[in-house]
Amino acid sequence: MSATSSSEGASPGATAPESRSWTLRLRQAIDRHLPMDHLLPDRQPYYVGSWVYVFGVVTIAALAWVIASGVVLSFMGPQWWHDSRVGRFFNSLHFWSVQLFFIFMVLHLWGQYFMAGWRSGRAATWMIGVIIFGISILTAFTGYLSQQNFASQFVAINAKDAMNGAGIGAFFSVLNFGQMYGLHVMLLPIGITILVVAHIVMVRTRGVVKPIDPEGGARP
Amino acid sequence: MDTPAAYFHWGFILISVPNLIVIGGMIVLFAIALIAPFPHGGEEGDDVGNK
Ligand code: HEM
Repeated sequence: MSATSSSEGASPGATAPESRSWTLRLRQAIDRHLPMDHLLPDRQPYYVGSWVYVFGVVTIAALAWVIASGVVLSFMGPQWWHDSRVGRFFNSLHFWSVQLFFIFMVLHLWGQYFMAGWRSGRAATWMIGVIIFGISILTAFTGYLSQQNFASQFVAINAKDAMNGAGIGAFFSVLNFGQMYGLHVMLLPIGITILVVAHIVMVRTRGVVKPIDPEGGARP
Repeated sequence: MDTPAAYFHWGFILISVPNLIVIGGMIVLFAIALIAPFPHGGEEGDDVGNK
């Protein structure tokens, strides 16, 4: 099969002969699964006109504030966030945007649960959500351990026995500030951001799930 | 912050009042999201982006 550049400029989705060029194959796969009007739509099905669908986007907004305020905190350091007025303000910004992040993530989860958002090939979207939820809890936990005050020492001392009891104390040591802080400032920005991007791309490839048929059974 | 929170105790349910308020507020917000009318800008959308 001679299929080097025969499909140059082919319309999106055209079934060109298998090319040996991986860039061409990748581009065609993206065109097929995620054309631009799916990625950035300007219209949505009528049933998306409900506030329930806004919770996911609000969670992204809260996450943006968490990351932005967290970057400022990590630049300035514990002395600053405990002892200066501006530092305390950014500390509060970080803390309260995390509260909103969790509240809206759970409201989004409830919404997806009651509309059975995992239907019609969307199981992976739901499961990535579950993983994001788990990592978020871990990130919040390591965040409490990163405060550098008595509260964080209290949390660490009390948590260590549970960690040892679970058998993970040797490689997840809550008394090791460097490890907890490193996990905290790395897990959230990198791990959660990548998973959120995957989550959104998966939603955009399939479109928003149809409402459950009132006649019974899920529509395909 | 250093004083322990008040607790709500009802049978086997034991929860701090601040946590109870947060969960109650979330349920109220969820109900509002279901009931409150959503503003529609422009024409009704079609099925773009849906498979
Ligand atoms: C950082 C946390 C999260 C963010 C930023 C996020 C964001 C989003 C956004 C923007 C959508 C598009 C539709 C909508 O907003 O309703 C969506 C869809 C979805 N989310 Fe999440 N989500 C998160 C966590 C979760 C969790 C914890 C779950 C459940 C365990 C979940 C399950 C789903 C499912 C199943 C859909 C697909 C709905 C469909 O295809 O119609 N998400 N998410």
